[in-house]
Amino acid sequence: MSTFALTLVHAKYTLIETARIPVALIGSLVFPALALLFFVVPQRSVADSPEFATQAVISLAVFAIMSNSLFSFGLNIAENREKPWDPYLRTLPAPGIARVFAQVFSTGALGVAAIIPVIVIGALFTAAEASAFAVVLGLVALAIGALPFMLIGICIGYALSAKAAIAVVQVVMFALAFAGGLFLPPVLFADWLNTLSKFLPSRQAREFVIWAVTGGNLEPWVWIGIIAWITVTLFLALFLFRRDEGHRFR
Amino acid sequence: MTVLARFDHVTRRFGKVLAVDDVSLTIESGTILGLLGPNAAGKTTLISLLEGLRRPSSGTVELFGGSPGDYRNRQQLGSTPQETALPVTLRVGEVIDFVSKHFENPLSKAAVAEEFGLGELLKRQTGALSGGQKRRLSVALAFVGRPKLVLLDEPTTGLDVDARRTLWEALRRQHERGATVVVTSHYLEEIEALAQRVIVMGKGRILADDTLPAILSQVGLRQVRLAATSDDADRIGQLPGVVRQEKSDEGTTTYYVQNSDEMIVLLVRAGIDFSNLTVRGATLEEAFLTLTDPSHERSHDHKREVVR
Repeated sequence: MSTFALTLVHAKYTLIETARIPVALIGSLVFPALALLFFVVPQRSVADSPEFATQAVISLAVFAIMSNSLFSFGLNIAENREKPWDPYLRTLPAPGIARVFAQVFSTGALGVAAIIPVIVIGALFTAAEASAFAVVLGLVALAIGALPFMLIGICIGYALSAKAAIAVVQVVMFALAFAGGLFLPPVLFADWLNTLSKFLPSRQAREFVIWAVTGGNLEPWVWIGIIAWITVTLFLALFLFRRDEGHRFR
Repeated sequence: MTVLARFDHVTRRFGKVLAVDDVSLTIESGTILGLLGPNAAGKTTLISLLEGLRRPSSGTVELFGGSPGDYRNRQQLGSTPQETALPVTLRVGEVIDFVSKHFENPLSKAAVAEEFGLGELLKRQTGALSGGQKRRLSVALAFVGRPKLVLLDEPTTGLDVDARRTLWEALRRQHERGATVVVTSHYLEEIEALAQRVIVMGKGRILADDTLPAILSQVGLRQVRLAATSDDADRIGQLPGVVRQEKSDEGTTTYYVQNSDEMIVLLVRAGIDFSNLTVRGATLEEAFLTLTDPSHERSHDHKREVVR
């Protein structure tokens, strides 16, 4: 069986496993949509402004993808390393890359499922606007902007035990969300926070997707930052992956 | 007979712990090879090196002529997790399908289910299975891909007698159909029931590598404990069949013997005065000491011959 077909097989069973415990999905699937519904829709000054509403919808879409990537990579990898099922899968004749891509596909599928309600609520209840083409461009930009989060998740998963990973993922997620301007727009930030924010992958992803959807100037720090984060986290992830031989006790 | 796997001066360390210590060994097709040893003897590490899960610290491991780390060389390898580790939310049939997708010429789901008595359970989530059922499924997974070499790490630990025998029968049938099986255990009984060739491991080294009867004569020992005067205790130690003796502080002496009935007959015939006689089977750990004890000549020679 080809590597691609095996990738789909692994992705399929990962999704079946996840879907059998639906409560586990609620956090990442429902939270961004609820945040939009409760914090953005009632604020008519934001919701009625096409510019601010579009930015708010994009911010929460970035948040949805980010929390999904961090949780599903960080926690799944950390948990799987502690379960004997994962070492068993590693003895099967499947290349390691098939298992990595399967994780990317299944996370991607869940991520898409999480942003659909955000886009729908944004379109129905706010003045956010974008052409179908701009939405597609935005999704592509979102996929690129999500890479640093996936890689950070992989690093956390291979570096920590599952219990430690839960705590670290939550801290990292909320820190990146607030400081990256995903909950509060950066125009409200103090200068020092705004400067710090520009170094974070969450802020970079936000600006990158806004640029893809609404056009305008793309400042160099955005794309340079994304490339830098991908490079650094990719090398770190590869190092941690090679070092790993399952869970270690000291 | 073709060579399926080979260890060449393989050593594996975990930090300061030496799990496998300079092991050289060849696994040929056609046998059931028993890997016997107490906990922490290095059996599981040896298996995980063959599965490609771990790399040796030094030396080389070969599987079907290549590296076990390359997934293509694992196409004809069947393995099973040591603990029952099935994903609880997947159904039995789904787990079998998932695994069989990895192999070019897998057994059908129905054939696997019938061989390992899983027919009634295919629709159940694995979390709902009993311990014995989980173990049957785990072992069944090792045979799904029609492997040439099957590695079973403690396949029946924790099972009751009936479940154990059922599983042994299935293993023997699979072996008759051409699978070479490596089975680890710390139960002598299990190795006795299955293996033709036996390797005894202790502290990461191979202590003995021989046919089943030859190994049984070395590790199937009885423990005879009695109280006697110091001189008499030494005389008893000279009786034929006594492999090792140990003096305790309470004035009793423990002898490890191959045949306790014979030894006691000899003891009585020799007219030696003794009291407080107890006889019980020696545990494997105790029996292994006779293989590691340098004062014990035969095991010493044997060890040197194997390790070379």
